[in-house]
Amino acid sequence: MNRIDQKFIELRKVNRKAFIPFITAGDPDLAVTEDLVLALEKAGADIVELGVPFSDPMADGPVIQAASYRSLQQGTNLKKILDLVRRIRCHSQVPIALMSYYNPVFRFGEKDFVSEAVAAGVDGVIIPDLPAEEAVDLRREASARGLATIFFMAPTTPAARMKAVAAAATGFIYYVSVAGVTGARQAVAREIAARVRAVRKVTDKPVCVGFGVSTPQQAGEVARAADGVIVGSALVQLIHTHADQADLLECVSAFAASLARAVH
Amino acid sequence: MSFPDKNGHYGSFGGRFVPETLMALLMDLEQEFKKAQRDPAFRKEFAYYLREYAGRPTMLYPAQRLSRQLKTLKVYLKREDLLHTGAHKVNNTLGQILIARRMGKKRIIAETGAGQHGVATATVCALFGLTCVVYMGSEDIKRQALNVVRMRLLGATVVPVESGSKTLKDAMNEAIRDWVTHVKDTFYLIGTVAGPHPYPWMVREFQSVIGQEARRQFLAREKKLPDYLVACVGGGSNAMGLFHRFYNDKHVHMIGVEAAGHGLNTTAHAAALCKGQPGVLHGCKSSLLQDADGQVALAHSISAGLDYPGVGPEHAYYKETGRAAYVGVTDKEALDAASLLARTEGIIPALESAHAVAYLSKLAAKVKGKKSVIVCLSGRGDKDMGTIKDLLFS
Repeated sequence: MNRIDQKFIELRKVNRKAFIPFITAGDPDLAVTEDLVLALEKAGADIVELGVPFSDPMADGPVIQAASYRSLQQGTNLKKILDLVRRIRCHSQVPIALMSYYNPVFRFGEKDFVSEAVAAGVDGVIIPDLPAEEAVDLRREASARGLATIFFMAPTTPAARMKAVAAAATGFIYYVSVAGVTGARQAVAREIAARVRAVRKVTDKPVCVGFGVSTPQQAGEVARAADGVIVGSALVQLIHTHADQADLLECVSAFAASLARAVH
Repeated sequence: MSFPDKNGHYGSFGGRFVPETLMALLMDLEQEFKKAQRDPAFRKEFAYYLREYAGRPTMLYPAQRLSRQLKTLKVYLKREDLLHTGAHKVNNTLGQILIARRMGKKRIIAETGAGQHGVATATVCALFGLTCVVYMGSEDIKRQALNVVRMRLLGATVVPVESGSKTLKDAMNEAIRDWVTHVKDTFYLIGTVAGPHPYPWMVREFQSVIGQEARRQFLAREKKLPDYLVACVGGGSNAMGLFHRFYNDKHVHMIGVEAAGHGLNTTAHAAALCKGQPGVLHGCKSSLLQDADGQVALAHSISAGLDYPGVGPEHAYYKETGRAAYVGVTDKEALDAASLLARTEGIIPALESAHAVAYLSKLAAKVKGKKSVIVCLSGRGDKDMGTIKDLLFS
């Protein structure tokens, strides 16, 4: 069974929510990313989202745009990230989802991407500019190989469309907390509980909330309503500011642990 | 068969590759546009503004001195350069602003490279009293300072974009980010036949007035259809505007001229069709300049309006099916053609349009007997005087 599905079964048994950190692979470099993934798992991450850098990250705010740019400057590409996952799998069984814009995956070849990702130990794929309608080929390949295809819902998604997205999604549903790009927000939308309830009316698949969650307090609030909480920009920023310091892993672990406690 | 299909595909190209937040809005926009097309009041209003405000129909001018010089070609120029704001862009901005009004949107955003689409958008926003925000790469702001002044004079806010290459593609990224964030009250007025469905289709329909007029005008004069259509292709809106109404006239050859920059065999060009690979950028699948990892490459052209690594999906489809041919013209050839047209006809073309003019000499050398050709003169050259001064007179 896919590690993401396995994880949600375990968590639901003990009525616990998932803490899902996002980091950009290759920022500051892939060796550090490897250490960071292992540190995040120790700090309480239930699933790790690894960002594949792209030249034109149109769904991302300034923090992840900059991280993506730095990573590309390091020569990071999809193949090297799959090699990284293979190395991580020597030490860890933490579920890993890749978050990539569509073009790097399309260029790699969807069929090759799915088979190589699964072989490397990737459990799911999240593609912010690929709605389910355009993902027919990818879904076919992914479902044949047991790779989760995680799709988005947003406050602007109409009820009828929610059903179609829920039917296409495997692993979990990524609920975008606010209309906008990734990045920290002052406050998490107050209506988030009501919105997640609306999603639950159309599906019993896990619903995880991301975009704008940056503090343990916000993460705790969201965790009360959702099955999981995704925190990206706040972590990516912290990694960047400590990138060349000896206490990088320590700082990131401490922050991740505080988020994990709030979520759990 | 008419394109696009119901999901916005042109063969394997087109589609809607956008964040989920925008999907419902795109579907609403498609419905609204369909309704507008069927609504006689909308068609009348659009025709009114094209005629009374933009200055349509534009002339189809027989370029006699140029034709004599080219010997084997009888050249007609479709004079989009004579439109208000100086380019074909206003055909589309007028159409979209009327749609935005029907949808009750109060805030208009746009991206611009050379500033022509930004000016055309700021113009129609001023005309209808709507808020206008234009995203423009900070590099382009430096290169096209006069157009920035024009936009500001028209009341638009010009937002410098500092991310990525600081040019058109980054301006488009930033416009999309704004759109995702202000999806409820904001209308994204895209300037070319690219972006997610329904934009490539909607922009084509608004620009098709070019080909519709040209076809009628040519038939009236020559009692037959032209042998060739030639237009420059950046995103491809003036070319699609000219080509589309001739699609079923199978003996009319269509040629799109891309910016070959320093040459098609260098890395400094913007020839997404001649040299690109299938890819997805800014909401649609099309032909794209990119590296082996699928990272988008930087484009180069002397003409800021062609300086974009992608192209409209319908052009990719025309190329794949062979309905149109696509060729490249270098910076230098375009510059020479601007001179040639200025001196033979007294018409100074935009450097974008000069690419189309430049291809005529190559075409003239290839054809047998005397052939007729309509060239889309998509814009006038005033905006390029700084570039021309630097390259030719200093």
